[in-house]
Amino acid sequence: MDILLAIAIMALGAVVLGALLGFASIKFKVEGDPLIEKIEAILPQTQCGQCGYPGCKPYAEAIANGDEINKCPPGGTEGVQRLADLLGREVKPLDAEEKPKSVAIIDENTCIGCTLCIQACPVDAIVGAAKQMHTIIAPLCTGCELCLPPCPVECIRIEPIGENIDNWKWKYPVVEIKAAATQKAA
Amino acid sequence: MLMNLFKFKGGVKPPTNKTQSVTLPIAQAPLPSRLVVPLHQSIGGVPQPVVQAGDKVLKGQLIGEADGWISAAVHAPTSGTVLEVAMHVQPHPSGLDAMCVVIEPDGKDEWIAHQPFDYANAAPEAVREYLQQSGVVGLGGAVFPTHGKLTPSKTVPMEELVINGAECEPFITCDDLLMRERAEEVVRGIGIFRDLLQPKKVLIGIEDNKPEAAAAMRAAVDALGEAFLVVPVPTLYPAGGAKQLIRVLTGKEVPASKRSTDLGVQCFNVATAYTAWRAIAHGEPVVSRLVTLSGNVHAPRNYEVLIGTPMGELLQLAQPHPDTDGIVMGGPMMGFLVPDAKVPVVKATNCLIAHSDRIFPPKAPEMPCIRCGACAQACPHELQPFEMYWFSRAKNFGKTQEYHIFDCIECGCCSFVCPSRIPLVQYFRFAKSEIWAREREKKAADTAKERFEFKQLREEREKAEKAEKLAKAAAAQAAKKAAEAAAAAAAESTAPAAAAAPAGEAAPSTDAAPAVAVDAAQEAKKAAIAAAMARAKAQREAAQPKNTEVLSSAAQHDVADIEARRAAAHLTDPEPGTPPAPASEKAE
Repeated sequence: MDILLAIAIMALGAVVLGALLGFASIKFKVEGDPLIEKIEAILPQTQCGQCGYPGCKPYAEAIANGDEINKCPPGGTEGVQRLADLLGREVKPLDAEEKPKSVAIIDENTCIGCTLCIQACPVDAIVGAAKQMHTIIAPLCTGCELCLPPCPVECIRIEPIGENIDNWKWKYPVVEIKAAATQKAA
Repeated sequence: MLMNLFKFKGGVKPPTNKTQSVTLPIAQAPLPSRLVVPLHQSIGGVPQPVVQAGDKVLKGQLIGEADGWISAAVHAPTSGTVLEVAMHVQPHPSGLDAMCVVIEPDGKDEWIAHQPFDYANAAPEAVREYLQQSGVVGLGGAVFPTHGKLTPSKTVPMEELVINGAECEPFITCDDLLMRERAEEVVRGIGIFRDLLQPKKVLIGIEDNKPEAAAAMRAAVDALGEAFLVVPVPTLYPAGGAKQLIRVLTGKEVPASKRSTDLGVQCFNVATAYTAWRAIAHGEPVVSRLVTLSGNVHAPRNYEVLIGTPMGELLQLAQPHPDTDGIVMGGPMMGFLVPDAKVPVVKATNCLIAHSDRIFPPKAPEMPCIRCGACAQACPHELQPFEMYWFSRAKNFGKTQEYHIFDCIECGCCSFVCPSRIPLVQYFRFAKSEIWAREREKKAADTAKERFEFKQLREEREKAEKAEKLAKAAAAQAAKKAAEAAAAAAAESTAPAAAAAPAGEAAPSTDAAPAVAVDAAQEAKKAAIAAAMARAKAQREAAQPKNTEVLSSAAQHDVADIEARRAAAHLTDPEPGTPPAPASEKAE
């Protein structure tokens, strides 16, 4: 008799808890994968495709599915570091050369107005029309270099954004280590 | 009159070193050999240059137009010729260049036609705009455009207007001398601010180590019949910080996230009031300011200096000692060594200190933090500098923000008292600029993401629209074809079944004249294609750009050259949508 009661209690508990869990899984369901969003927030959103994926989101998905974290040159070593922190993976050296933040510049004298770069720009940062001169909206340009290959007259170049008063940063204080005065042996 | 004063926590009492430079009255600095006037001298938008090399300018002529509401105009400090508008090194700790207008004075110092502004009959909006056009900015050091601070809050009534004459930093005496010698104009300037803001009380805070200035201000207030209160405040660094002075005089504490107008207080420097009055009453824009020359010099004194005067040249007036090895702009607490003696005096330059190891002995090396808490006791903002130091040093910027690093005013009290001689403020500046840089990057990334997603959306939509259009055209074509076939069948055949059959199935289902119907349909299709091609050709010809017709012969020659090259490279008339062949070659 006792054993039946125990089984009944356990069964009841299982039913109640099961119902609770089932309810919770519907009520608190998370749409989409929050991990992908977190990864995407770390990626620099240049949409350059240098990682081999067509944009930052596909790469974020690939990372979540186990791809390497060191394929994003615009994110740099710091980006790899942050991804490693987020995912608990080991920091790896960047798969490519790290480039400084850059901006594309169209040589407007050479531009023939073919609109090919406009179609290539992932963030619509180029204005122009067919057979009209094109120009880059510099503040919107991510420096992804996707406009370089389609240009038939090679009038686009990538220039690094130098340091100026507006983006200058205070440097990390460096403790000067001075050579200790050499003591003469008495 | 006695007044109940409040106190702020912390603060330090460094040696004031003010007496050296107050013995002589203000002198006019001579005209320098050339003036380098930076365009960006205030917080906010960078003014756009309105002159170019070779232009003749008069004193007070506009050379940089304000860009946006938070921005202030820049004017020529003297008459002469513009030599260039170019990048020059700035009085900024970075030592980087920025756009400057270089003027060679003609020696006449001739004013542009100017007249007083009738402010009694002008709308407040017009007064604010006039002050912006006159380049009036906060001369206490922050150079925030003054007109931007002269709009009363709509929700909170303006209680107190605080005028800052505290001048708490060691060595600096330019506000002291200004109040002693030009108190009347300062008080009249305060009157303008009072009229615009309509506060209940006007409090002029002056540190009690400047009794002459306080007396002069009191006399001027009485003489003009104003009801302003001149309040001596205890000498304690940084009592001249806007937030500290507001705290001392009103007891109100302004949090970092709020502006003082939200609490019904506004604060201006005395020199700002003076320049505002000069602009209103005489029509003179801000082209000069008072600068204290002190430190390692023979003859410390205050000078009225034209904006753009090279600092090295100016400092010669005070006869620096031969062991001078640099110039500090600002005071010893918050100032910085300028990167080059060529840098110009700007609106923010209140003091130049000749630097030498004798008066500023080099700091002994930094030692480890012993968590003594001296910095926390000295901090006027009740922060915990030792905690912020740990996290800044470890580059744990999220934590520094939890410890309110953005409340830090970088006054330097913590570094001043630190027994381990840690350059705490440098760490905080580093952390702050890193956080700002990250914020900028995040913003740029968000914009890029948004634009990328929108572009994808647009491309999808365009594709869908195109497909829909094609489907519609195909359906229309099919219907037309069927109708034609039906008509042909009806005309040639007498079979009633064919005529009665539904139009859509007429052609395939009729046995009577299938061959004829198909033939007719094909003929119609061919004709339609030919017509469409003709239309497209006509359209293309009509759409030829007309921008090459008015070119010079040389340019037309160039165009012909390019066309010839393109023809040679088989680039001409590519099919729309397909990239020309050489492009794909180059991509590899």
